Amino acid sequence: MLEEVSAIDQGDMIINIGPQHPSTHGVLQLVVTLNGETIKKVEPHLGFIHRSIEKMCESLTYRQFIYVTSRMDYLSSHINNHGCALCVEKGMQIEIPERAKVIRVLMDELTRIASHELWWGAMAMDLGAFTPFFLSFRERETITDIMEDTCGARLTMNYIVPGGVMVDLHPDFQRKVKAFIKLFREKADQYNELVTGNIIFQSRMKNVGVLSKEDAISYGCTGPTARGSGVNCDIRKLYPYEIYDQLKFDEVIETGCDSFSRYLVRVKEMYQSISIIEQLIDNIPEGDFQAKTKAVLKLPKGEFYTRVETARGELGVYIVSEGATTPYRIKFRSPGFSNLSALNHMAKGGKIGDLVAMMGTLDLVIPDIDR
Amino acid sequence: MSAIQYIKDIYGAVKSLLIGMKQTGYYFTHHKEIITQNYPEEKQQLAERFRGEVVMTHDSNNEHKCTGCTACELACPNGTIKIVTKFEQTPEGKKKKAIDKFVYHLELCTMCNLCVVACPTDAIKMDQAFEHSVFDRSQLTKVLNKPGSKIMEGVE
Repeated sequence: MLEEVSAIDQGDMIINIGPQHPSTHGVLQLVVTLNGETIKKVEPHLGFIHRSIEKMCESLTYRQFIYVTSRMDYLSSHINNHGCALCVEKGMQIEIPERAKVIRVLMDELTRIASHELWWGAMAMDLGAFTPFFLSFRERETITDIMEDTCGARLTMNYIVPGGVMVDLHPDFQRKVKAFIKLFREKADQYNELVTGNIIFQSRMKNVGVLSKEDAISYGCTGPTARGSGVNCDIRKLYPYEIYDQLKFDEVIETGCDSFSRYLVRVKEMYQSISIIEQLIDNIPEGDFQAKTKAVLKLPKGEFYTRVETARGELGVYIVSEGATTPYRIKFRSPGFSNLSALNHMAKGGKIGDLVAMMGTLDLVIPDIDR
Repeated sequence: MSAIQYIKDIYGAVKSLLIGMKQTGYYFTHHKEIITQNYPEEKQQLAERFRGEVVMTHDSNNEHKCTGCTACELACPNGTIKIVTKFEQTPEGKKKKAIDKFVYHLELCTMCNLCVVACPTDAIKMDQAFEHSVFDRSQLTKVLNKPGSKIMEGVE
């Protein structure tokens, strides 16, 4: 799908957005070719925050490499760790206890809400509303407190280990999560009133950054970005892992194909995650939180691939093992990279002022794109 | 577009803005809810599991539980921990391995908790201290076992 590089006509202007720019949420450089106010081409330049995480993982053992993946998509670090742990467990054929499965799913969904909350605040801030940023951080703080109690860290948790989870839940966990559910249900409706229904917000989002269903599939978009274009791509529904096949939740799909549908998908997904948590919070089974594993993990010779649904889309973990204690090769299929590749197609013909709305609804996390 | 539709649109737009402004007004008149804190003066109680730095627990007799097995050194992904061992003479005249220095590089540590999980004798744990700013990087390299400390009786 390589687009023809159009020659620069007379009167065209090339400007840089980034690498240091408030609306890029990280070190992303966009080289934008403009004709007046109309965008002709958007060229993302990557690599400013490349840390060669895949290469680093090759020198770390199967217990150690999981913590590095928290630094890829730092807003859904729990789900990254989950994907890696699942891949190691698949290779070792470790059966993990029911309690660990439930804890993992609970933590995943809390992380998803925290990530979408932060995105919601940042999205509204990009479009000129400053208050939502503070409001969303206030609620997100409740989740980071829950994480801090149980996992010991607020952002890079490193809580999931091959065979289960690192430590048992904090005694206060259930009480705090229930308090959060109550708080969220109260506040989220207020937020919809404040932002979603706002006429200025809607006019800036509707029919902006249109990505058709066919294009979303051919660019490899996943997650809320593709579901906003009507693509059925939730890994939790299509390839259920852990206990997702026993849970009742809807895959949120909007068919508007524009920025506003992608916005609605994320907002509705928060309610779905809350309903998953409500189903599980009173039914955490008793038992071990970790399966007994060998001190030194050695994956058998072969190739292993697992995928999980992060807050941004499908994360694939591919491990090639030669039978040693360290992986021979690791490849991560990150959702952000594929989603970003659709930006040029979405932005072409649009206005420069709408570029921020398009970038905002892609929910870019630059360390995830560069790795 | 008909004139009625035009007026309807204006009405809807003004209504949506007023609903949003109602929220703003609510927060303007109900400013009792304070969610920030004056950080250096007021300090929040941190969670008991919060990972700030690795410490070695010593009891009142200045005894620790570290046998020098290097399980933490092997578990660490960043080479944060370096254990220097020495041989001590036991009363029976046998040579016994013991730690000389437990060197901990705080500047390399990512607080992943893998060393604490790996320790077979619970000699090290995570501490809540998080204000680690110093003027010189060399001050971040710490020796965790206190001077003159020795291994607790019965810990193998």
